[in-house]
Amino acid sequence: MEKTHLNPSEGNAWTRLTSSNWFVYILVAPLFLVLFAYVVYPFYQTFTESFSGDDALSNYKNFFNIASPANIEALWTSIYISVISVICCAIVGVTMAFLLERYDFPGRRILSVLVLVPMALPPLVGVLSFTFLYGESGIFPRAFQHLFGLEQVPFSLKGIWGVIVVHTFTMYTYFYLTASAAIKGLDPALEEAATSLGAGRVRIWTKIILPMLTPSIVASSLLVFMISMASYTAPLMFGVERTMTMQIYLSRTNGNLNMAATQSMILSFVSITFLIIMRWYQNRRNYQNLSKGISVHRSEVSSRGMKVMATIASFIGTLILILPILVLILISFSVDGAWKTQILPTDYTLDHYYALFTDERTWRPIWNSVRMGIVATLGNIIFGVAAAYAMVRLNFKGKTLLDILIMVPWALPGTVVAVNLIAAFSTENIFSFNQVLIGTFWILPLAYFIRHLPLVFRSTSASLVQLDQSIEEASRSLGATWWYSFRRIVLPLTFTGILAGTLLALVQSFGEFVASILLYSTSTIPLSVAIFQKLYSFKFGTACAYGVLQICLILIVLIISEKLSKGSAGSAI
Amino acid sequence: MKSVKIKNVSKKFGHIHGVKNLDLHIKAGEFFTFLGPSGCGKTTTLRMIAGFYYPTEGKILFDDFDVTRLQPNKRNIGMVFQNYALFPHMTVDENIAFGLQVRKFSKSEIKQKVDRIRGLVHLSQYGNRKINELSGGQQQRVALARALVIEPDILLLDEPLSNLDAKLREETRVEIKRIQSELGVTTIYVTHDQMEAMSMSDRIMVMENGNIRQIGTPQEIYNRPSNRFVADFIGETNLIEATIDAVNGDDIQVKTTSGLVLTGRKQQSSPTLTHMIGDKVFISIRPESINQGTGENTLTGKITFVEFTGISVNYVVECLDFSLKVMIINMNGQLKKIGEDITLNIAQDSLYFLGE
Repeated sequence: MEKTHLNPSEGNAWTRLTSSNWFVYILVAPLFLVLFAYVVYPFYQTFTESFSGDDALSNYKNFFNIASPANIEALWTSIYISVISVICCAIVGVTMAFLLERYDFPGRRILSVLVLVPMALPPLVGVLSFTFLYGESGIFPRAFQHLFGLEQVPFSLKGIWGVIVVHTFTMYTYFYLTASAAIKGLDPALEEAATSLGAGRVRIWTKIILPMLTPSIVASSLLVFMISMASYTAPLMFGVERTMTMQIYLSRTNGNLNMAATQSMILSFVSITFLIIMRWYQNRRNYQNLSKGISVHRSEVSSRGMKVMATIASFIGTLILILPILVLILISFSVDGAWKTQILPTDYTLDHYYALFTDERTWRPIWNSVRMGIVATLGNIIFGVAAAYAMVRLNFKGKTLLDILIMVPWALPGTVVAVNLIAAFSTENIFSFNQVLIGTFWILPLAYFIRHLPLVFRSTSASLVQLDQSIEEASRSLGATWWYSFRRIVLPLTFTGILAGTLLALVQSFGEFVASILLYSTSTIPLSVAIFQKLYSFKFGTACAYGVLQICLILIVLIISEKLSKGSAGSAI
Repeated sequence: MKSVKIKNVSKKFGHIHGVKNLDLHIKAGEFFTFLGPSGCGKTTTLRMIAGFYYPTEGKILFDDFDVTRLQPNKRNIGMVFQNYALFPHMTVDENIAFGLQVRKFSKSEIKQKVDRIRGLVHLSQYGNRKINELSGGQQQRVALARALVIEPDILLLDEPLSNLDAKLREETRVEIKRIQSELGVTTIYVTHDQMEAMSMSDRIMVMENGNIRQIGTPQEIYNRPSNRFVADFIGETNLIEATIDAVNGDDIQVKTTSGLVLTGRKQQSSPTLTHMIGDKVFISIRPESINQGTGENTLTGKITFVEFTGISVNYVVECLDFSLKVMIINMNGQLKKIGEDITLNIAQDSLYFLGE
């Protein structure tokens, strides 16, 4: 009766395979393989290296040895810097968010655009412009010195406080973004309700507004703490050697690989702990605002005196925000080596920009970074999109593991990623196709790929989650194969999300410095390392021209993403 | 147009049974409805027919063709989703043409078919509209057109009216039924709304907790429910516990727990009921079958609730140890007040007996 021989589900091996319950594991196997090879295995290599020595724990004993306190001191300094950075960023970021969201004053509009400028500064370039502005031979200290005819510069940015100031400038935006989103979501009716119940200004703040903001502040604090712990560029430029990242760098350059591994493990431990706390907190937080249409109400600054104050304050704010970029542009036109003790460079030239496109030695690093960035980003697209699709749409055991494996590289400091890769790929093995990757072109794209995979993954999965599954099912029910549905329905509808993540990954790869400085090979020097080298050979002009180029690129990408997401940006971070 | 046979199908999600041992034959051309409360397994069953889930056990056949583990795109089904699932980046015509493009029809054929189906769902002027420029009812009709244009063997409708407002729902209900009978396609309709199910279906399957409770025509299900769940779920009813007191030929005499004696007809009972004296039974009495005044099975009680709806007056009447929902058609009679006594009678034919 049943014509089983006609049954297509048993027709051939392929359809039997694809309709099997196990088929999904064949699909996700490559994802796990890649993550295993380039995340787990390198991490494991570092792990074993950290335990090699006279006895298994000797490296850890050395680390915590009271007699030579360098390491403990570094750990302590790192934590100290991070905590202070969190506090400073929180104060600046939340204050800015409140001022810009709740008050109307002269200069608010321009300030609310410029407030995100620090995001457009690649880490190295940001620190660079700060040293030019406020460093020991910076423009401002010298200007004051000349003005008052002093022997020495009256103040300058250096040491731990230099690091903290730079952290505050570059990272307050995390607080600003989350806090202003939270404030936007704060229904004014809540305040009005509190007022109607007899609460005064202070009570409303302490009992209503601050508790509502707590989730966003806690989330940002964890994030800033993690990034500060991983910060490498600022300590490097301000010469703070006793931080974890610097210690790893020094151990590595001194050839003490076991110690570098141990230090990496301890730093990873801190970072991953914070990642776990952050995810846990994100899952349980959230005061849902129940009301829908929220009208923005901004109080206008009314009194005359306040108006003048506000104008001056927003002018200073604008200046502080824009100066780092202005100074880069200025110095990019200065003649290399001619700026010594003057306040501002004296001789100007267009040569550096000219050289960017004509001099082989100058454009070579740009070309290297472009190539390596594109290779890494292509990988990010393929694996990020596939992993996001698997996470959102497929059902398989090990989803949580996949999620963690992708997010861990995001939490790991770039220095640690580099140390892991060195541990894994300075010898031939199966995952490197029996090649020594260290010293080749491929090691940096690999590092960029691992570090920036979460960016593509997160922005893609965010837009996939929004895409109702039934739309895909509708397409399938109309006869479309999986691939046809993916091409005609899923891709077009998630395109903006994928593109936003991809552009971000590309830009980050283009400016990546932390892992690059440990991994680069002399034949393929990336742009960021070239900036660093130019700086140390006092070719400030060329270094700044590189920096301006990077900033332009980032601005273009930010504008495109902003246009694409029509204002709902920020999901990829 | 194909028949659907579901043979002993079970679906487990982890350890939870979505559907248990479902056995079902839907005839070619039939309008068949899965009806039940949410979580009863009706959508799970539909999704197994569509191919979005594979059964844990059992087989699904279209005519005699085993499709149990066939991919959804190879089943030639048309499906309308609860939220319509229209492709937001395409126009109305592009949405409708999608399935035809997949089937590699020529451009001219596609245009001709799309135009025809657009007329059928009364959307002739809307071909170039974007989806977000349509009202809910129009979107619903695009979804229907998109599912029908591919001339599916089976049309699957997953609560297609639940996102429409009450008036539009009624209009669309009539529309769907008209189109279905015009095309004669086998249709499986999922809903939790009994009005929809009753008014549209050739046959209805009532489900609860992954099990079939009853399969039958709307009249059978309403008038001759085979168990308490169906009697209670379909329409409103009063369920009163009683024991069989005496059987005289075609008549049954039952006694409620409080001693009230009622007489009914033997044939007015569910097929599983054996009529042994002393058996516990449930009497199902529809509110609309209770009349005011004396007659067969007269009883009195006190009114505890009055509601005037225009068409009818609804009372809740407390009689001995049970309360009765009563619906009296409004014919300009005097409204009784809360606390007043009322005399009611129930025709012997209106008593329906159910087992446990």
